[in-house]
Amino acid sequence: MNESAWDGTLSASEFSASAQAFAEKWKLNNPAYPPWTWVKSLEVPIFATNQQVEEGYLSLENVCIVKSNDDEVASCVEGEASLYDKEDEESTDSATLPYYFDFHIIYSASFRVPVLYFRAYCSDGRSLGLNEIESVLPANSAKVLLESKWTFITQEEHPYLNRPWCKLHPCGSSDWMKLLFQAVEKVDRPAMELYLVSWFSVVGPVIGLGIPIQMLKEP
Amino acid sequence: MKEAQEFVWMGAIPLQIHLHESEVTTVPPPPPALILAPRIGYLPLLLPLIKPYFSSTLPPGVDTVWFEYKGLPLKWYIPTGVLFDLLCAEPERPWNLTIHFRGYPSHLLIPCEGEDSVKWNFINSLKEADYIINGNCKNVMHMSQSDQLELWNSVVNANLEAFIRSSSKLKSGTIEDDYASKSSLSSQKSQKMIGEADTSVQTKTGKVPVRLYVWNVSEDFGDMEDAPPIDSWDRISYVNRPLEIHREEGKCFTLHDAIKTLLPELFGKKRKPSEGENDEQSFGSEEETKNNRMTEEGEGNISQPLETGSTADDDPEIKLLRIQGIEPKLETPISWVANHLRHPENFLHVCVYIKVPSAKSL
Repeated sequence: MNESAWDGTLSASEFSASAQAFAEKWKLNNPAYPPWTWVKSLEVPIFATNQQVEEGYLSLENVCIVKSNDDEVASCVEGEASLYDKEDEESTDSATLPYYFDFHIIYSASFRVPVLYFRAYCSDGRSLGLNEIESVLPANSAKVLLESKWTFITQEEHPYLNRPWCKLHPCGSSDWMKLLFQAVEKVDRPAMELYLVSWFSVVGPVIGLGIPIQMLKEP
Repeated sequence: MKEAQEFVWMGAIPLQIHLHESEVTTVPPPPPALILAPRIGYLPLLLPLIKPYFSSTLPPGVDTVWFEYKGLPLKWYIPTGVLFDLLCAEPERPWNLTIHFRGYPSHLLIPCEGEDSVKWNFINSLKEADYIINGNCKNVMHMSQSDQLELWNSVVNANLEAFIRSSSKLKSGTIEDDYASKSSLSSQKSQKMIGEADTSVQTKTGKVPVRLYVWNVSEDFGDMEDAPPIDSWDRISYVNRPLEIHREEGKCFTLHDAIKTLLPELFGKKRKPSEGENDEQSFGSEEETKNNRMTEEGEGNISQPLETGSTADDDPEIKLLRIQGIEPKLETPISWVANHLRHPENFLHVCVYIKVPSAKSL
């Protein structure tokens, strides 16, 4: 019997295992999207000498986000059909400049939770500033962003790539992960493989990436 | 204990700051600014001192200040002392930096909107350290805005007394170690951390916030003077992982053990703490470390034999290790190092030059 209550966090190896499970489920249930790939932290120069390094992160890049009317965000993949099926409502004269997003899910050893890093750029490669990104986000997350500037999405340095990226802050993650599992799954301690799926079900919509409901079910 | 803290807080780097030639509009160009920068501070905080030297010669436009050393844009959120320890293999006095007021490299550096950005970054690091030490951020979150501001101002002004007062509310904890309790040289009182009142709480998680800056030195060089300059941040590995201390009866977890634990990719499986650390040796280390402290910054013993002890021949070699401008002996107990040499946000910043053998069999 596990005496100590689960604190909502996971270990580095649990993260790696969970990332694999997440990537597989995503590939299975989200065929319209490119798959998430696992990138080993070989950018960290000193680790490049050791091929056995396990540390890495999940990467999904070149996701094209097209903003349709009002505050709905449609996602497309290089012009393919939108997952949100909002094609009828897209107006051609609104600001539908396609933006491209890169998403990295990176483990934070300090907070023992995953952290979402992302960046956006135009088709000409120009990086988008935080303000421009905010304008593309769904309405409710833009509102939260506005009200709590310093504790939500911020610009910080990517842990490995030495470039400015946007980061969704991890501080409360363990708390709401704990609640999520207690409330929804009715378990005190989750099967760790499902951690990222549940985590992403909360985080994804903030940046306009929903996940199909099938992913939340056991295979 | 207080003595070590004072040493850390009083540490300063003499800077000679040159305005970038593209921004000089007067003839003759202005002389460089000579500034003494606190080690525990941050470069953007020096702007009020620097600006007067150059304001009359700047081209029109809005200021977006950034610093550069030998072509490398400097990350403003890394404490000044750490930048110096890392980038100057052979300490340069004064340290010659170039300042820019235009053309911020926003593709490389995250934006800095003055003191607020630096403060926000500091508070966030404080929260992260809080989480590592206590398993939650409550201590920092429960500080009032004015308390946080007071704490921050004490850092800006490098005012230790003020810092001790305002940080008394933060239970930053001490790291207990067999070494500490056995020692008769240091009194019980000296083991308490900042804020004497009631903050001598043992770290709940047994973890230490550490930030490691690792440079893989591929070539051999005899003198630090011959070390090649660091021309890109991509050559530095930044490792931000909490250090878990493994306590074993009668054994001391040393600084060397800490480095090996933090870099398992380099040092293979986690090794047991060093054997044979008795009280006398520990005292010896402390004495010697104190001596290192008394000598001028950065002129520590580079010739120290930095062996990797009983490890295999193909293990990486630590060529240089600097914390707060000193080069502590690798046998120093990590508890001493972490308790005495950490920065105000409770992180221990360690600069390491490591030589990784190129033909590493895997």
